[in-house]
Amino acid sequence: MIDLHVELPGLSLKNPIIPASGCFGFGKEYAALYDLSLLGGIAIKSATPQYRAGNPTPRIAETPSGMLNAIGLQNKGVDSIIENELPFLANYDTEIIANVAGACEEDYVEVIQKLNDQPVIKAYELNISCPNVKHGGIGLGTDPVLAAHVTKLCKEAATKPVYVKLSPNVTNIVEIAKAVEEAGADGLVLINTLLGMRIDLKTGKPLLTNKTGGLSGPAIKPVAIRMVYQVAQAVNIPIIGVGGITCAEDVLEFLNAGASAVEVGAQNFVDPYVCKTIIEELPSVLERYGYRSLQEAVGRSFKDE
Amino acid sequence: MIQEQAKILSNQKIADQVYKMEIETTLSSQSAPGQFVEIQVPGYYLRRPISICEIQEGILTIIYKVLGDGTKVMSKMKAGETIDLFGPCGTGFPIENRDTVLLAGGGVGVPPLYECAKQYRNKNTNVQVVLGFNSKKDVFYVDEFEQLGCSVYVSTMDGSYGVKGTIMDALKEHAIEPNFVLACGPLPMLKAIDACAKEGYVSLEARMACGIGACMGCVVELVEGGMARVCKDGPVFLVGKVKL
Repeated sequence: MIDLHVELPGLSLKNPIIPASGCFGFGKEYAALYDLSLLGGIAIKSATPQYRAGNPTPRIAETPSGMLNAIGLQNKGVDSIIENELPFLANYDTEIIANVAGACEEDYVEVIQKLNDQPVIKAYELNISCPNVKHGGIGLGTDPVLAAHVTKLCKEAATKPVYVKLSPNVTNIVEIAKAVEEAGADGLVLINTLLGMRIDLKTGKPLLTNKTGGLSGPAIKPVAIRMVYQVAQAVNIPIIGVGGITCAEDVLEFLNAGASAVEVGAQNFVDPYVCKTIIEELPSVLERYGYRSLQEAVGRSFKDE
Repeated sequence: MIQEQAKILSNQKIADQVYKMEIETTLSSQSAPGQFVEIQVPGYYLRRPISICEIQEGILTIIYKVLGDGTKVMSKMKAGETIDLFGPCGTGFPIENRDTVLLAGGGVGVPPLYECAKQYRNKNTNVQVVLGFNSKKDVFYVDEFEQLGCSVYVSTMDGSYGVKGTIMDALKEHAIEPNFVLACGPLPMLKAIDACAKEGYVSLEARMACGIGACMGCVVELVEGGMARVCKDGPVFLVGKVKL
């Protein structure tokens, strides 16, 4: 059977499957369904310096082949996460990635400083697609200069590798990816959700109280594949691909596009066992397409054969 | 919790746009009154949370209203076909030692109260049931509650069946005291019950994604401060607990 092991900065993944941040909480709910140690890693829910109540409901709307969410980074704050969530995760043999969020650059640095001495955290994932930031309301993740700057500050503060999760709501994803690579990012995670909206025909008003929300699910997979494909050819740091994965074939598509590992998001809501199922099926899917190793599949879409 | 391809035993219309589906499933052995199941409807992305109406050996009964395209597809499903279930999810209504319990249901909030009625009647509790609907064509399960030995009172908004008005009007008309109440129904009804009930529980409805407490999609604010997840911490909450 094909070995699924993947080595990335700070992360020794027994397989390339990682539940995506915000779609898996801190693992407790899914631990009731299967052994979390089966997973390559877990990207835990965003941490901010302080408690955040999140957005008013409704926060969820279904879409064709996907969903919109406007949770608004609800979390109890980094101190509570350290005290109440990390000890539970320490019971499992899987690599924990802390998703770091904030309303300004200082927030990211503060969260990282607090998590640095938590051995259970193996790497950081900067969530720089938050729309409520200081700089004129532009998300840190949509401006190469701002994205690079926050990356640099986080790298200086961090004692563990820093991955940057990029927003797809940009004209040129490659420009942003190169900017954060140059600023010292150890890896990239792409993509975050696409900004979307639904309107309730009964009221004529947006269905989500936040008006707009992030689109995820199979609907966004082609966008994610395209962005991974473009960025993989332009940078020399590893990419964790994410966006609309539902099965092992989807994982192979992301590997072919240039991802070294993947995150599985919204599908956990539809099929709570999806990550376990993908891990079980991935070796036979790789074999079916003639691969002798996982590494052979990575970036095949643009490599000379 | 279990995910299962379960067999539909029956799926029939019982009121205007309201359907009752009986499903053969091992989920029944884990289920409690007030819990819900998450149903995967072919062609639609997110699962539909539907409350459990009745729990029998190897069988769960659900009652749902056709409100959108997903439930429309469900209404076309036939006996013998399979349906993808996950659950049971959430907290249920606790069955306590009480002399009298008042069950207050509005519209498709009625179904989860049926299993409560059954279990309370099994304990010989005096069960009063007040059911609210829009119109006579929407009314269901009056006979079923009566057959359990409950005292049943009905209100309709247009007065075409029972007392004209809301269930609050029915309570007043029949001089029923809301001492210990289990309620499920539309938000205005729950607010009214929450305000007048001495004790009891309300079951909330919400737009959900994960259904197991991971995504924070369906939260409500608590009176004491902080947030709770309808899918995991609820859908059943103590009266007075949630900012409705």
